[in-house]
Amino acid sequence: MRRFFVKVLKKPFSGVLIALIIGFIVGAITLAVGGFNPATSYGLMFTGIFLNTRRVMQVLINAVPIIMTGLAVAFAGKTGLFNIGADGQFIIGQVAGAILGYYVPMPGILHPIFIMLCAFAIGGLYASFAAFLKTKFGIHEVISTIMLNWIAYYFMNFIINMKSVKVPGSQHSPEIRDTAKITFFSREFRTSEAGEALIAKHPWLDSIVRTDAGFAILIMIVVAILLWLILKYTRIGFELRAVGYNYYAAEFSAMPVKRNALLSMFVSGGVAALGGAMFVMTTPYYISMLGSTEGYGWDGIAVALIAGNNPIGCIFAGLLFSGLKFGGSEIQSRLGAPTEIINIMIGVLVLCIALVPALPRLAERLEGKE
Amino acid sequence: MKQDNEVFVPENSGNPSEAQVPDAIELMAEEVPVGMTDRSADEAEIETFPEIPIEEMTENPVYAVEMRGISKSFGSLKALDDVDLCVRKGSIHALLGENGAGKSTLMKILYGLYTKDSGTIKIMGETCEIKNPKQAIEYGIGMVHQHFMLVENMTIAENIVLGSELTKSFGRLDRELMNRTIQEFGEQYGLEVDPQEIIMDVSVATQQRVEILKALYRGADILILDEPTAVLTPQEIDNLIETMHRLVEGGKTIIIITHKLKEIMASSEYCTIIRRGKVVDTVRVDAVTEKDLASMMVGREVMFTTDKKPATPGETVMEIRDLTVKDNRGIEKVKELSLHVSRGEILAIAGIDGNGQTELIEAITGLRKVESGEIIVNDYHIENGLPIDTHNAGIRTIHEDRHKRGLVLDFQVGENLILESYKDKGFSGKGNLFSWKKVNEYANDQINKFDIRPCGCATQRANELSGGNQQKVIIARAVEQDPDLLLACQPTRGLDVGAIEFVRNALIEQRDQGRAVLLISYELDEVLDLADRINVIYDGQIVADLDPKETDEQAIGLLMAGGTQ
Repeated sequence: MRRFFVKVLKKPFSGVLIALIIGFIVGAITLAVGGFNPATSYGLMFTGIFLNTRRVMQVLINAVPIIMTGLAVAFAGKTGLFNIGADGQFIIGQVAGAILGYYVPMPGILHPIFIMLCAFAIGGLYASFAAFLKTKFGIHEVISTIMLNWIAYYFMNFIINMKSVKVPGSQHSPEIRDTAKITFFSREFRTSEAGEALIAKHPWLDSIVRTDAGFAILIMIVVAILLWLILKYTRIGFELRAVGYNYYAAEFSAMPVKRNALLSMFVSGGVAALGGAMFVMTTPYYISMLGSTEGYGWDGIAVALIAGNNPIGCIFAGLLFSGLKFGGSEIQSRLGAPTEIINIMIGVLVLCIALVPALPRLAERLEGKE
Repeated sequence: MKQDNEVFVPENSGNPSEAQVPDAIELMAEEVPVGMTDRSADEAEIETFPEIPIEEMTENPVYAVEMRGISKSFGSLKALDDVDLCVRKGSIHALLGENGAGKSTLMKILYGLYTKDSGTIKIMGETCEIKNPKQAIEYGIGMVHQHFMLVENMTIAENIVLGSELTKSFGRLDRELMNRTIQEFGEQYGLEVDPQEIIMDVSVATQQRVEILKALYRGADILILDEPTAVLTPQEIDNLIETMHRLVEGGKTIIIITHKLKEIMASSEYCTIIRRGKVVDTVRVDAVTEKDLASMMVGREVMFTTDKKPATPGETVMEIRDLTVKDNRGIEKVKELSLHVSRGEILAIAGIDGNGQTELIEAITGLRKVESGEIIVNDYHIENGLPIDTHNAGIRTIHEDRHKRGLVLDFQVGENLILESYKDKGFSGKGNLFSWKKVNEYANDQINKFDIRPCGCATQRANELSGGNQQKVIIARAVEQDPDLLLACQPTRGLDVGAIEFVRNALIEQRDQGRAVLLISYELDEVLDLADRINVIYDGQIVADLDPKETDEQAIGLLMAGGTQ
């Protein structure tokens, strides 16, 4: 029995699993203290997510932005940089998406590609500035990126507030052109007769036609695989990882460490900004004045942490995160339990994940007692 | 089995041959300080009855530490297997063993840092369970770790009294009293320190002294010193040994962990040799020779003088002219230094740590700015270049700090082996991407060729390897890129005897293949053993260019200390 336990503890994935279980237990306690039946609540949460395919699809759609920011943080993390500024880079991407989507007339397929490339470049440059400050003046990237977050946030509000941008009588920018939207089916199509007919003919399309499902999901998966490939199979990825694990050894092995720091932040910022642009092109189609940031970048840090900075792992971590949030809103609407309980669960989860490195040691201790 | 471990004079394996006994006596005559009368008393008995266990000679010896049947496993690895260690009160007892033999583990158990799986511990004849360092301190055990545990920005006195500060009313610190107490306390043991100095301003040797005082201040009667000489210069080592003798005279007991044989010969009375978690033997140091100890430690005869053919120097590979380099604080550490290295020779730079060696290495490898002068390698100027320029000029380096500069510890062994040659087309598969299959094939070839253990460790992480095997990885990587000049900085630091032999032979092999080797070492033995030519560095300058055949340790030692021939 104990031997089995030790074996399980030594598996890297079991740490995440244990963290998850503890998170649920703490959530249950919180629910119970708040006067809600934990069993019913979790039941509702579960059915809330898996009731129909449309809901599952919604979880997936919601997961895309945090997976993108998660990928950004994870990539930088693999190369030894803590990109805490994914939030700001995401916002820069949103601004780029909204502005280019509205002001630049372009034909259908080219328009989103153009926007995404521009967003990637702008976000990348924005993040590279932090890397530049680090390599040139030794300013730690945590300090600089966290400040760049605020600059991005106020920059967005400033842009929306410009007379030429703000839609009169509203607090947001104009909606982007139809050519820039990347949902599979437009909102008009969903309620049109053609749309009804299509669903009637192919019922399985329901969850795709009637939601905001779009190319963002596919692009996100491609980006994750690409980042994983770069890190594992390319020379530049090898260099980046070497710098990440031991800057001094990489420098001494004649690797271009400073260039690599810039490159790593460029890619990281680019991915986050790409997430921001795709977010705008998928759902709201515009950017709004905000009292505070939406925190996609912050969730991305948690996603990267749960995924252990593995790009593929980020997809699953992001889905988990998104599922919990979606299910949490279900508890709120049906039971009246506050969503904060879900946030507590997520907090406990992240905390437990941070304790995962202690597990092998615990396993060794148990082993020693045998 | 147990019986074997308890005896003090080798019975079966390491019998001191007749030829060796006079050796031992000679050593005694040279190295036993005056005043150690009890040792000279035993000397006569040893001479007459070399094979009688000491336990039979003295009735009921008093053991300060008596550890019996100690076992400890880490996972499947048996770090200690039924180990006995008996340390006599008032003696200096050395623990000798290769890296990873288990000597540190044993001491950590004694100090309560690890829990033992089985076995008993008696301190001063009293059975006890030591669960944590606090209890160890209560039993009068003090440990000086290899890496000092001092608060850098506090004074010496504050560090020593830490945890039991002297206070005036309302808990205010009484600095004056503290300083006076520590001053007197140090003088009492002959360990003078200035209590008001800040730790980060004092030398490593002084920091060590503070560590020892700290242990004594907490009432330690048994001192464990973990590789205390690793960070010291030769003079400081002599001082330390003197201090140890003085402490023992004052009634303390000292256990010293080391793998430097000379120091054992100079300092200790008894020596317990541990190999792969088992006690090989416990011997009286004056009854054995350095060679005996070395062969017991590694289980075979070790060549201390590496065999080599005479050098046949070819054309000059690197020439340094009037090089001046400053350190981080802006102080000139290398002053108009000139030297040259040719193909097919090993040029050794002998000198005491801190005479500009580090700055010289950093200047050559492109890590430090050069103020003036030239470094010319194969007709390329590489002063004020980048590490890549040093590489391109044909230099590969075995760095003195292998964990910081030499290896990516979280990388697999295979990845470390290609750390400098990853751009090689040979590792590419489809579409110019890495083929990990090819990388691992290459790594396995290297692992076999350089006998890196454990066998087949290509996908193991580098930090799972022992120090010697990590060094083999670095050497394999450097050598396989066919450099013109191999820059070896303290290549055997912290390695055990077997690994040292391997590294030294590898360097000579490189020389024989026509490469230039620049060896920078603080160990005079190594310099004399390997060098075809010796340059002595003192205060940032080469003060002598010597032929090792025509010089000796004393002459070089004098030059290293700034004397003239």
